[in-house]
Amino acid sequence: MQKVLTGNQTVSWGVMRARAQVIAAYPITPQTTIIEELANLVDEGKLEASFIKVESEHSALAGCIGAAQAGARTFTATSAQGLALMHELIHWASLGRLPIVLADVNRAMAPGWTIWTDQNDSLSQRDTGWLQFYCESNQEVMDTAIQAFKIAEIVKLPVMLVLDAFFLSHTAEAVDIPEPEEVDKFLPPYEADLKVDFDNPRAFSGMTGVDIYQEFRYLQHEAMNEALTVTEKVDQEYGKQFGRTYGLVEPYRCEDAEAIIVTTATATSTAREVIDQWRDRGESVGLLKIRTFRPFPTELVREALRGVPKVGILDRNICPGFGGIFAQEIKASMYDMEEKFRPDIYGFIAGLGGRDITPDTINEILEKTIHPEKTEKHLNWIALRD
Amino acid sequence: MVEFRFHSRGGQGGVVAGKLMAVSLFKEGKHVQTFPTFGVERRGAPVMTFVRISDEPIRLRNQVYEPDHIVILDPSLIQHFDVTQGLKKDGIIIINTDKDVSEFNFPSDFHPVAVNAARIAINHKLGSITQPIVNTAILGALAKITGIVSLDSVVAAVKEEAPVKPEANAAAAIEAYNSVEAVAI
Repeated sequence: MQKVLTGNQTVSWGVMRARAQVIAAYPITPQTTIIEELANLVDEGKLEASFIKVESEHSALAGCIGAAQAGARTFTATSAQGLALMHELIHWASLGRLPIVLADVNRAMAPGWTIWTDQNDSLSQRDTGWLQFYCESNQEVMDTAIQAFKIAEIVKLPVMLVLDAFFLSHTAEAVDIPEPEEVDKFLPPYEADLKVDFDNPRAFSGMTGVDIYQEFRYLQHEAMNEALTVTEKVDQEYGKQFGRTYGLVEPYRCEDAEAIIVTTATATSTAREVIDQWRDRGESVGLLKIRTFRPFPTELVREALRGVPKVGILDRNICPGFGGIFAQEIKASMYDMEEKFRPDIYGFIAGLGGRDITPDTINEILEKTIHPEKTEKHLNWIALRD
Repeated sequence: MVEFRFHSRGGQGGVVAGKLMAVSLFKEGKHVQTFPTFGVERRGAPVMTFVRISDEPIRLRNQVYEPDHIVILDPSLIQHFDVTQGLKKDGIIIINTDKDVSEFNFPSDFHPVAVNAARIAINHKLGSITQPIVNTAILGALAKITGIVSLDSVVAAVKEEAPVKPEANAAAAIEAYNSVEAVAI
């Protein structure tokens, strides 16, 4: 069934198809319509779930943690300050190895007060042990939402499904909604190995001494590494059943490229159009889309960029005093590559606080990457006002 | 690809108009995309809504700066904004007004058409007399004026998607359709 849905509605329908059992959430723009739609779907009896209204985002994730510990498939959604308020429990969910799925509608951090998109809210959660998927279209949001629960439940780590404020969250376009019985085949009910069981009481998350805490961290790290292959496998399996796959990265028109730009989320979609225009003019340029930020697809990035003379990285985020966050990750991935294959890498910051990323933005980044005489290697601000 | 820009105020239904238009064209097999530029979310604040229509999948996700046509749900916006900014030559301007369109002095490059959508909406008890919800009437008019979508598709989309009063909204779209003439584009 195809329907014209906003990105936020798409999240809600994906969560319905995944048959989430517990949703605990607190409203915040631009996420609010996700949980409004879910509340409606629960109210109309289309989704059999407990919808728990709470007094803050901190409590929302606490509710999900309790429910997941009891063996329920759980979901929540938030943005920006709401995600920041969850931070303590963001760590808890991952170290507790709870397969919670959270949709973060990327919204820039305040102040100045803002509701528009950039990635600093989700990227601030880099070291918490959550998987993060950045989506390019509403269809990818739908498919990733369904995949997310499966991946989370296999590797026992929580997943953040990330979509741009307004450029996806409030953008309506046609989405193919998989049939419920098909999704049920792909994603059977969640069976937790360890859960609250009144007949067999256990303690969870208790005092962990110096003799064993490091091993918990080791296992969490290994689970994240395992997530690389699990994500790939689940995506392939999804593709066989539903005809759509995304990979962890996607090279687009990279054959014999002189220069490649690296993008994420909706900027990728606009950039595809621009890359086609440059290719039509005979320019050898390509695009590398990064879909998963955690686990970071180091080997796939190395493979895609190996031997490419010049690479420009578009970051819709900033690590103040250092530079773009994806640029950091990519450079770290390339460090030990043989010098003759290692590209010159240029970092670009654009689109913060919801500033539009237009074809001109992409054109400028391509120009500055191909003709780097006046381009800073580390960090270049695009369309910065005086 | 054809690009539309709707100008409205928060609470007037401009965002829903974009969605209804997109659904109408989706029913005709087109690729569609619509999204608003939100300022702060409050009643009365100016909102722009974009609609892209194409035979090919739509990949551009930036705002529309050079629309083919524009739709003005609230004529009071004209005093404050250059609503025709970036509008392509020969673009159609559909405007909700009870005035004659010549009173607006739009540049001669464009084809302005007046629709008394407020009167039609009030007739069908959509919104209130002071705050009529004109989006479905405007869409009915748009179907006739531009010929880009059939009235049947608009009516079907309205009946499916209108948040309230689907029948009255569909009737408003039909009345508005019959109240205007097509523009040759």
